[in-house]
Amino acid sequence: MIRPHRTHPLWFAFLLHRLSGLGLALFLPIHFYMLSLAISAPARLDGFLRFTDLTIVKLAEYGLVFLLAAHLFGGLRLMALEFLPWSPHQKTMAALAVAFAFLVSTLFFLKAI
Amino acid sequence: MLDLRLYMLQRLTALIMAPLVIGHIAVMIYAVQGGLTVDEILARTQGSVAWFLFYGSFVVAVSIHGAIGLRVISFEWFGLNGRALQLFSWAVFALLFGLGAKAVYAVTFAGVGL
Amino acid sequence: MANETQTMTQTMTVSIWRENGDDGRFEKYEVPARENQTVLDVVAYVQQHIDPTLSYRFACRVGMCGSCAMMVNGSPRWTCRTHVSKVVANDQLEVAPLRNLPVIKDLATDMDPFFEKWVAAEAVFHPSKTRHDPMAAITPDDPMRIAASEAIECINCAVCYAACDVVESNPDYFGPAALNRSWSLVNDIRDDGQDVRLAAVGSNGGCHNCHSQQGCVQYCPNELNPTLSIAGLKRETTKALFRRSR
Ligand code: SF4
Ligand code: SF4
Ligand code: FES
Repeated sequence: MIRPHRTHPLWFAFLLHRLSGLGLALFLPIHFYMLSLAISAPARLDGFLRFTDLTIVKLAEYGLVFLLAAHLFGGLRLMALEFLPWSPHQKTMAALAVAFAFLVSTLFFLKAI
Repeated sequence: MLDLRLYMLQRLTALIMAPLVIGHIAVMIYAVQGGLTVDEILARTQGSVAWFLFYGSFVVAVSIHGAIGLRVISFEWFGLNGRALQLFSWAVFALLFGLGAKAVYAVTFAGVGL
Repeated sequence: MANETQTMTQTMTVSIWRENGDDGRFEKYEVPARENQTVLDVVAYVQQHIDPTLSYRFACRVGMCGSCAMMVNGSPRWTCRTHVSKVVANDQLEVAPLRNLPVIKDLATDMDPFFEKWVAAEAVFHPSKTRHDPMAAITPDDPMRIAASEAIECINCAVCYAACDVVESNPDYFGPAALNRSWSLVNDIRDDGQDVRLAAVGSNGGCHNCHSQQGCVQYCPNELNPTLSIAGLKRETTKALFRRSR
């Protein structure tokens, strides 16, 4: 799939945006379902929340927060590209979006463990 | 595939969600410290109109945004088109909106006598 | 003598796509490995010295006409201005017809769909005056003139069209070149077709399909920026929407 004509940073930025969006869309129904247990089956949700204390689950959460932050900052970059005057620093902006996503999700992870 | 109308909806919902997601990440970073419990979540959100509006508008926006996003992916990557694509997009919207609305209701007003 | 043997042995292998109403396949040819040669030179060598039935297209050889574009080692290039030494990988050179277009024979693609989309995108001038009217006065520092100038050096080579993944997955998408041309006309005050143009670029195959991956920018041999032009169209169509609803 990663054919020669695609090996440039902004194509990878596109791929990250698409895959993070896809991942979040698949995760959200589960997320919503778990939250709706708060009233109908609080014990089950609490059981699940305790399960999220496991380090391996924390790592998975780290990944999810990274996807969310990457989609957020990547999306802001795209909207700036479309609606603000053109910037010649497209690759830098894409790299910054990923860097911010990494920063924010790592902060979450450090607070979580 | 994406005409002006869907494009505008996608950008509009993105603009609505941007501050909400920043808020959500901030709350997550704050709330995750010391682990999460149901009581802790409910203590924050139950009966609160502000949280209802916060999560409520997020659910509306994300259902539209997610449905359009998955629509583009299933067309470009999996060749879905025509009526099947239309149905699929609406199904994604309905699923996200239904589950999301239920979750927002559960953490805000479900246990509260209005 | 020694010298001649040396020149003889300095060869390289080139894989060239052969297709003639069948499924097509790469075929290998031994060609001289010259220090200074373009990809088009190599293709021409094969046609002139090895297999005269090889079909390909070129005209100007100097990067003006836009007819020689092919996939070179998987990336779209204008072959007359692409030096082999710049793109060769592990002594391998692979030349294929331009992506996203139907193949007529071997390396020659059918450019009709590419140009039909220029018309569909209203990348066509609609005159507002006749030859009897005075010439429109446009100063060089007019912002619209500057925006148009940035988009006008297109040679219609379809390199961007081959680089674009949205073109690949969405047969209706007009592609970067057509939309880039539309944008230069949006900035032409002499043009009288702005409403139909904005409607066209806002339609199903229009600018809103672009994901701003900038493959087109990456490969355009004339260093044009179709992504910038498409972003401009996205803004103008959005503005027009608000104008209409007022
Ligand atoms: S920026 Fe848009 S037009 Fe250019 S290659 Fe990417 S999707 Fe295609
Ligand atoms: S925009 Fe660039 S790559 Fe595309 S057709 Fe014109 S010159 Fe070729
Ligand atoms: S032959 Fe004219 S541009 Fe290459």
